[in-house]
Amino acid sequence: MFQLEFMRNAFVASTFIALTCGVVGVFVIARNLSFLAHTLSEIGFAGASFGVFTGLAPLDGMLFFTMISAVAVGEMATEQSRREAAIAAISSLFMGLGILFLSLANKSASYATNILFGSIIGISVQEVWQLVVLSIIMLIVMFFAYRYLVFDSFDSVGARVQRLPKHLLSILFLLLLAISVSIGAQIVGSLLVFVLLTLPASSARYLVHTVPRMILVSVILALAGVWGGLVLGYYTNWPVTFFIATIEVVIYLGTLLWDRRATGD
Amino acid sequence: MATDKPLLQGQDLAMTFADRPIFSHVNFTIPRGAMISLVGANGSGKTTLTRILLNVLKPTTGKVLTSAGEQRLRVGYVPQFRNLDRDYPLSAEAFVQLNQLSHFWPWHTTKEKRQLHDILKETRLTKLAKTPLGMTSGGEKQRAYLAQALVNDPELLILDEPTASLDVAVKHELIGLVRQLNQQRGLTVLFVTHDLPMAREYTDRYLLLQNGQMTSGNAAALTDEMITD
Repeated sequence: MFQLEFMRNAFVASTFIALTCGVVGVFVIARNLSFLAHTLSEIGFAGASFGVFTGLAPLDGMLFFTMISAVAVGEMATEQSRREAAIAAISSLFMGLGILFLSLANKSASYATNILFGSIIGISVQEVWQLVVLSIIMLIVMFFAYRYLVFDSFDSVGARVQRLPKHLLSILFLLLLAISVSIGAQIVGSLLVFVLLTLPASSARYLVHTVPRMILVSVILALAGVWGGLVLGYYTNWPVTFFIATIEVVIYLGTLLWDRRATGD
Repeated sequence: MATDKPLLQGQDLAMTFADRPIFSHVNFTIPRGAMISLVGANGSGKTTLTRILLNVLKPTTGKVLTSAGEQRLRVGYVPQFRNLDRDYPLSAEAFVQLNQLSHFWPWHTTKEKRQLHDILKETRLTKLAKTPLGMTSGGEKQRAYLAQALVNDPELLILDEPTASLDVAVKHELIGLVRQLNQQRGLTVLFVTHDLPMAREYTDRYLLLQNGQMTSGNAAALTDEMITD
């Protein structure tokens, strides 16, 4: 399996994707941003189509669109109630734009399928490097902002009292989320990247009760999903994304059942 | 344990929201080591004054002087509401640690771990340290909020109606614990409350906001008749 260059590339890329999505996912769940993670995936689709239309690399188009939208959502909607409506509006607009750009670019439906559902064959060494560098930059930023992000995400009231720069932290986190969506979509596809951004972290919160442990468990579960998905995809020829989504959903349902038994509900 | 040295002084404070005056000419002193209650009817400006002391709001006129001039104090704050549902994942210990911000790196230092251990012991949370906060009772959650507010050694602790949703035994346990900390380590406490019997039993003096003005006196002299809606 590892004699094939595209499989080696896919393994390196998905390892870094699992690492970043596993870490960022813990904060997505704590900040109740699953819906936004899903929306940014759709915006990522529009960005990739825009890239195809203009001749940019799909990853660059995705980064461009998702980062602008992340800042826009952060600025438009500081309140939860308004945020949902803002996200829904932006999401509809971008899905429409994605279809428009693909149509203008005269690309076939299979190209759209690749963007939406991911492809392990299409990822080049250069793209792997870009993805690795972006992941490392993200993890370094997370390292420096860690305590403030953790406080603001897990106790918003307490963080306000301590006068943490909440708005700045929110924008910073949305940018990190936008980058995670863009790099995650390279393997899993833009439609299902939010699986990696929500399910491993959702499972982790039922299993362990400190933030460092949640991050560790979330990354392990994300890695189990992507590595398992790649291996099963290789041997069955079925889509990798199908296996990744199924593995993560099964783990999540398992932890839910485990939690119910443990708490007697 | 209260001393004559003031920790905090409000000087001629006034607050007006969109032409609606909340209070004016408010003067008060909070001595270091005292436990003071802030009482008043709904809408009298207790929350507004608390937010001024927390530096979240600027008064329309007047100023707050601290023992270090106009510098900010380290303030610990226990709010009335916090939406931590049953699924809240962090353990009591991890929740208290959130407020340890003296360094930015992710791991905690030996000194921080010792501070955490001491504060959990003082707030009787040692046995619950590893329990997810979502699974604890209302009183235990309030003790965790208190521990979080105290973990970085504040000079002033503000309790913002923390007993509103607690039953009688639990609220006495919580405020009794705060009184003990006040007497043992000289912690200065401002207890914002509607509950006059609690204010009489546990605080030294009261500050009363009524009709836009402030009066003060010995907490033992507080009566229901002094507060009118």
